[in-house]
Amino acid sequence: MAISARDLSKKYESGFAVSHANFDVPLGTICGFVGPNGAGKTTTIRMLLGLISPTGGTAEILGESITHPEKYLSRVGAMIEGPAFYPALTGEENLKVLATLGGFPIERVAELITTVGLEGRGGSKYKTYSLGMKQRLGIAAALLPQPKILVLDEPTNGLDPEGIQEVRDLLKKLASEGTTVFVSSHLLSELELISEYIVMLRKGEVVFAGPIQDLFLMQQPFILVKTDSQSDLQKIIEIAQADGHKATIRSEVAHIEGPAEWAGTLNKKAFEAGILITQLSPQMPNLEETFFEMTGDKK
Amino acid sequence: MIRIVLAEWRKLRRPTLFLGTIGAALFFTGLTSTFLYLMIDSSQGNSDRGRQVSRDVLQLAGGSVYGFASVGGLLGIIALCVFAAQTAQEYTYGTLRNLLVRQPGRVRLLFGKLIAMKIFALIMIAISAIVSIGISYYLSDRAKVSTDLWFTSDGFHEIGKTLLNVTISVVYFGIIGMVLGLLLRSPISAISIGVLWILIIENLLGAVKPVFLKWMPGNQLSTIAQGGSPDISYSHALTLGTAYVLLGAVIATILFSRRDVSN
Repeated sequence: MAISARDLSKKYESGFAVSHANFDVPLGTICGFVGPNGAGKTTTIRMLLGLISPTGGTAEILGESITHPEKYLSRVGAMIEGPAFYPALTGEENLKVLATLGGFPIERVAELITTVGLEGRGGSKYKTYSLGMKQRLGIAAALLPQPKILVLDEPTNGLDPEGIQEVRDLLKKLASEGTTVFVSSHLLSELELISEYIVMLRKGEVVFAGPIQDLFLMQQPFILVKTDSQSDLQKIIEIAQADGHKATIRSEVAHIEGPAEWAGTLNKKAFEAGILITQLSPQMPNLEETFFEMTGDKK
Repeated sequence: MIRIVLAEWRKLRRPTLFLGTIGAALFFTGLTSTFLYLMIDSSQGNSDRGRQVSRDVLQLAGGSVYGFASVGGLLGIIALCVFAAQTAQEYTYGTLRNLLVRQPGRVRLLFGKLIAMKIFALIMIAISAIVSIGISYYLSDRAKVSTDLWFTSDGFHEIGKTLLNVTISVVYFGIIGMVLGLLLRSPISAISIGVLWILIIENLLGAVKPVFLKWMPGNQLSTIAQGGSPDISYSHALTLGTAYVLLGAVIATILFSRRDVSN
C-alpha cells in the first residue's frame, strides 16, 4: 500500500478534526480525497506528512510509520493548502532552495519549470506570478523528488480550463509511470475523470474509502423524464410510485430512482396512458451527486 | 546539515537583503567611527550616551577598534532583525511546511538555518570591522591621535579580541531574534518587540533604576561587544548573556520541534 491509515485521529480542544480514519491507497493509483470544507482533509494530509502529530491511531506511508517522516518523505512530493514560496525570490530560485534542501539535482529545476508550463517565467519573482502560475510552481516543487507518492491539496485552484486539462494529463501520466497520486480537490467532476480510488470525509470521519466504481455501485441509478405538460409529469410520478420507485419533480424534470432497464417499462406505461415523453434518460449518479448524497450536504 | 545551510544561504544572499543589511551595518559603523574622531574635542561627547573618549584612550593598542566595539550593539540589533525576519517569515509565507517536508529533522533544520545566518553575520562583522578600522586610521591624523600602538602585536591582539567579542555579541543578538521569530511567528511582531525592548524598555528601566541595566539581556550583549564597561564586567555580561541566550534557545528549540505546523 502507498498509504494506509488505521484509526487515525486528531483531536483539538474544540473536538475531533479527524476521527478514527481508516483507509488504504494502493500503489500506482490516483486517489481522490474529497470532503466539504472543514471535513479534515488538510489535517489528514498534514498528519501523513509529519507536520502535525496525531492524537490517536497510526498511519503508514510506503510501509513506514508517520512517526518517522524522515524515512519516507524523500520519496514523497507534496503541495499542502496551496503553493507557498518566498515572494522576493524567482520561481527558479524558490525551487532551487527546495532542491538544495532535499539534495535533488539542481538541473531538475529547469526541467520541471518546462514540465509545468512556466518556461520563460522561471526567472520572474514569485510575487509577480498569477494564481495559476503559483499553482504550477507548487506542482513543480512537489515533483522535485521524482516522488513515489504525490500528495496534492487542491492543485487546480486558480488554473484556467487549459491548465486544469494539463494538470489532469500530468497526473494521469505520473500514475501510468507508477506514481501514486493522492489528490484533494473541490472540482469533483475533475476527480471523477482521473480517480480510481476515492476517500471521502465528512466531519472528520471517513464515509467511504475504496475504488470509485464501488462507490457508484452503492448509489441508486435514476431516470430523468421530461414531458410536454406539468400534469403529464405528475402522472409519470404516479406511475413510478405505483411501481415502487421513489420519484420527485425537480426543475420540471421527473427524477425517478430505478435501474436503466425500467426505463422501457416506464415508456410503455406512459404510452398506454397517453403521455407524450419528450426526454427519457437513464443516469448513473456522478461523483458530485454521490458526494452530496453521502456527506449529507445540500447541493 | 550542509544542504540546509546552502538552502538557507540561497535566501540570504539575495541582493536586497544582503546589500541592504551590509548597507545598514556600514552606515552605523561609519557614523560611530566618524563621530568618535571628528567630535573628539566636543563638550557633548564623542561616544554613545554622550560619553567622552579621550585621545589617550584612542592612542592605546585597542584604539583602532574602539569605534568598531562601540557599534557592536547596533550590529547586534541588525542581526536580531535579520534572524527574526528570516525565521518568522517561514510561518507567515507558509514556507515552513515545504521546508519540513523536504527536511523533517526539525532541530537539524533549525541549526542549519542558524549556521547560515551566523555566516551572514560574520560577513557583516568582517566588513564592518575593516571599514571601522579604515575610517579610524584615516581620521586619526586629523584628530591628532597617534596610531603607533595600533598595529603592534598588542594592537593586533586587541583587534582579534574585539572581533571575537563583537562576534559573540552579534550572534547572541541574532539567536534572540531567532527565538522571538519562533515564539511569535510574525516578522513584524518579533522585530518590533525585540527592538522596542532593547532600545527603549531597557533604557527606560535603566533610567529609572540604573542597577536594572546590570541584569537586562540587551545591555549584557552590548557590553560583551565592548569587552566590558565601567558598570558591568565582561565576565558578568558574558555569563548572564550566555545564560539568557541558552535559556531562550532551549525553550524555542523544544517548542519548534514539538509544535504542530498548521499554517
